[in-house]
Amino acid sequence: MTEFLQHLVNGVSLGTIYALIALGYTMVYGVLKLINFAHGDVYMVGAFMGYYLAGFWRLGGAASAGGGATPGSVVRAFLITAASMVVCGFLGYVIERFAYRPLRDRPRLTALITAIGVSFLLEFGFQLNFRGSNFPPGPTPRIFPTLFEGHDTGWLSALGVNLYTTDLLTLGVAILLMVLLQWIVYRTKFGTAMRAVSFDHQVAGLMGIPVNRIISWTFVLGSALAAAAGILFAVTRPRIDPLMGLMFGLKAFVAAVLGGIGSVPGAMVGGMVLGLSEEFVAGYLLSSYRDAIAFGILILVLVLRPSGLFGRTTVEKV
Amino acid sequence: MAFARGVLRSVLPFLVGIPLLLALQTFLDSQGIDYWTIILISIGINVILAVSLNVVNGFTGQFSLGHAGFMAVGGYTTAKVALAFANGAHGLTQQAAFGGALLCGMAAAALAGLVVGLPSLRLRGDYLAIVTLGFGMIIVSIVENVDALGKAIGLSGLPGLTNVTWTGVGAIATVVMARRLAVSTQGRALFAIREDEVAAEAMGVDTTGYKVRAFVISAAFAGLAGGLIVHLLQLATPRSFNFIRSFEVVVMVVLGGLGSITGSVLAAIILTVALEALREFQQYRMVVYALLLIALMLTRPQGLFGTRELWDLPLVRRLPWMRNRAAAGPAGAPPTEVRGETDSGGET
Repeated sequence: MTEFLQHLVNGVSLGTIYALIALGYTMVYGVLKLINFAHGDVYMVGAFMGYYLAGFWRLGGAASAGGGATPGSVVRAFLITAASMVVCGFLGYVIERFAYRPLRDRPRLTALITAIGVSFLLEFGFQLNFRGSNFPPGPTPRIFPTLFEGHDTGWLSALGVNLYTTDLLTLGVAILLMVLLQWIVYRTKFGTAMRAVSFDHQVAGLMGIPVNRIISWTFVLGSALAAAAGILFAVTRPRIDPLMGLMFGLKAFVAAVLGGIGSVPGAMVGGMVLGLSEEFVAGYLLSSYRDAIAFGILILVLVLRPSGLFGRTTVEKV
Repeated sequence: MAFARGVLRSVLPFLVGIPLLLALQTFLDSQGIDYWTIILISIGINVILAVSLNVVNGFTGQFSLGHAGFMAVGGYTTAKVALAFANGAHGLTQQAAFGGALLCGMAAAALAGLVVGLPSLRLRGDYLAIVTLGFGMIIVSIVENVDALGKAIGLSGLPGLTNVTWTGVGAIATVVMARRLAVSTQGRALFAIREDEVAAEAMGVDTTGYKVRAFVISAAFAGLAGGLIVHLLQLATPRSFNFIRSFEVVVMVVLGGLGSITGSVLAAIILTVALEALREFQQYRMVVYALLLIALMLTRPQGLFGTRELWDLPLVRRLPWMRNRAAAGPAGAPPTEVRGETDSGGET
């Protein structure tokens, strides 16, 4: 029972992070029909932004022993997350503006190759290391600092389950962001425009929707979510390195496909399903093949239901 | 008659190539210049990789990012077979056992290609990029967990049988395969899929079938390259087959021009030599590759040659001894330079 609960806690915590990243994939795919390969790396940049900002505010060593989560440190943690989201949102804008927009009317393969190029540029750019400089971080993993005090207060220690304040906060922040996104996509004018662009960007343009601006904002939104996911991940598993987004991004993409690529609720459900199944399968059956599980799921989805759980089946027409 | 000419065209490169390669190898061995031997072998292996990846990424217009995964399958299979049969043998028997081991590696890689390609190629091409990238990483993680494959340390003590001749024969085989494929019915079907998949399907091309076949062939030759590499290093480790390797091959293919065999060959040679010359700047290599890829896509997405071959270029066609050919028109790839603008996305 304890083991089961522990896997459940870990699975939910992992699943929310997958879901946050999958949302970015799915939104960009919705408006551009492009798999944004660099999205996983934006997530990595988000985590590193948190790392650098925390270092800037000198939080790492200041955590006093014991005590609850002081309101001040939690506010700072939120500020750092928000700042990192802004930086990554801007990064997403820059990527779209300079790498993808010039290629929008070219064959799809061209944009895909560019996306792969951007992804590798971020991964290997961050692996560079100049002597005497703290940025870029270089290939060795960094330890993410504790963002607020009292982060390791256990909540279910009576049951023998490790459920820390960080886990609860992560879940809270992730749910908050998803509710916010849901509201933006379905209740605001911007969301309506975004869905219109996703439906048919040419006709949307004819209806007076500023297609370029909507696409830019979609990237900003997706990248900001990825940055938040990066920090939430780093808070619970504090080892970050420039390649952390590679495998994780791919798995989040699997989550998006599982939920039905292009569908916002699909990405959330897909992320959760993937996180839980990965945690349970790895926990009970095949611990060394953790990474293979996601791709097993992907192949099953592609064979059995290519449109995913929430996707509509579309036939490609001329 | 046409059939006989086809057979001749497939066999002639070997008849001419093998004696030349043997002579070259004897010369290199007698001089004892290992450095150049290794560079030549690296060039040969990269030619095999680039040209075989071009069959999927260039001819068929799909996008595979998992070439290193198939190299790993081929490399480990070859290593296992060679350890069992070639290690104790000597002379010609040993060479024959090595050849057999390479064929086993190719077969295993082809099988892996079938398993990966069948589900992902039924759908739109960009899924393939993800599935193959994931596949490549999973192969590495499997190898790192299996005792029989030596886990993270790998298999060592392999016979160092890779030489200029084997590599050269492999490279010739790959180029001949690609060239014969390009001028065949199969190749035309692949080009049709690249230009417009929906139209190709409407014309009765079994798109999934052809895509899977191209993918399996490409995987088999990646397996050959893997087998050659592990017997060059005399060591099979997961590290030789990580995704960076796949990315290097992708850069070669894109630089040479998606769909151009001579372009791939040339890009493989240029990048291998450039890499060797710029060894001190190792740290920046992948960053430069990534920038090169982005810059190419933004300014010259067709790469050096586009879908054309070396002899289709205006400059080459003006050479006096090329006049006759030029009059006959390009024999190879279809004359399209700018790919179809049909799938800019969104309007379907």
